[in-house]
Amino acid sequence: MHIPDQESRGHILPRGTYLATGAALLFLTVITVAASYVDWGAMTGLGFAANIIVAMFIATIKALLVIMFFMHMKYESKLTWGFGLLYPLVIFAILVTFLAIDVFLRVVPEKPGVILEQEETSLQIETPAPLRGVATDELAVANENR
Amino acid sequence: MADAHALRDTHPVHEELGGYEGAKLGMWLFLATELLLFGVLFAGFAIFHAEYVEPFKLAHHSLDKIMGGANTIILILSSLTAVLALDSVQRGKRKLANTFLALTIVFASGFLVVKYFEYSGKFQHNIFPGNAEQIVDPKSEDHHTYIKVSDYIAREGLTGDAALEVTEGVNLFFTYYFVMTAIHGLHVVIGMTIIGILLYKNMRGRYSHWYYTPIENGTLYWHLVDLIWIYLFPLFYLVR
Repeated sequence: MHIPDQESRGHILPRGTYLATGAALLFLTVITVAASYVDWGAMTGLGFAANIIVAMFIATIKALLVIMFFMHMKYESKLTWGFGLLYPLVIFAILVTFLAIDVFLRVVPEKPGVILEQEETSLQIETPAPLRGVATDELAVANENR
Repeated sequence: MADAHALRDTHPVHEELGGYEGAKLGMWLFLATELLLFGVLFAGFAIFHAEYVEPFKLAHHSLDKIMGGANTIILILSSLTAVLALDSVQRGKRKLANTFLALTIVFASGFLVVKYFEYSGKFQHNIFPGNAEQIVDPKSEDHHTYIKVSDYIAREGLTGDAALEVTEGVNLFFTYYFVMTAIHGLHVVIGMTIIGILLYKNMRGRYSHWYYTPIENGTLYWHLVDLIWIYLFPLFYLVR
């Protein structure tokens, strides 16, 4: 039967595209497991972060394969690209950037407890005697004026 | 050709055509909210990973790469069968689509079975969210011998802040592990339900090459489940 509105509906990709995408995903899974046994930090001098960077790089390639071909994003309208993919990614980037700035650059006093203790003790030494005197004098004046 | 146009203009599904693009855009907007749901968890995990480098590395090795890898392969295969189900409907092969949808559910169940064995293995060793009593001994040959966190701390001669850091870091790791994989597991269950409903309706002939919007959106959801796992797997299982 002829499909009259095939052009206006979703794209029909050759089945080989899906099989090739699936095969690439399986292959990259094997690669990422194999790469986890290599000490990339020692090779590049980046420390523990190097292995995470390698793993995330491969994961992002896999994610792009799923989004572009399995989820057909490659063939979607500009509207879907913008609101469905780019916009949330920008929001997510803002979230992560400012979270990272706050967590890693926030200045915290070395030992805040010590400073507070010093202030408290200095107050305790100075306050008791003169305050009591002032209070009684003022009370006496106030009583006389009555 | 004239017949085809007549058919298209009188078919009730014609009205559905305008909704097709809109429905897909709506689905993508929903998927965007999912990115933010998992995004904050990923960000939190990254921050604590940077704060507790050694304890996180220690806890990482308590997860089984084989099981995690098997689940990755299962989910990739399920994503492939899901997209092939959509492809079959688009090509007008409704019965083939049934087979692929059923296969997707089978793979999804396989994922949950592996996850069940992983979770019960952890529970047996008193590893719970925020409270992990044991970890896999990093010095063990078979990578399956567990050691109490307190015994590990004593053996390494850690005291004070260093000991506290190990306990806190390991507990935090398992909080994130359980919370993120559980929310992902919930998505697997919801995805299975959606695919199940699609299978039931497709068996009753509700979809055709004219009208397959629910199948397209349903499989989009399933691909998202796969997409999240693509990041969860290396982050939790594949750290040296």
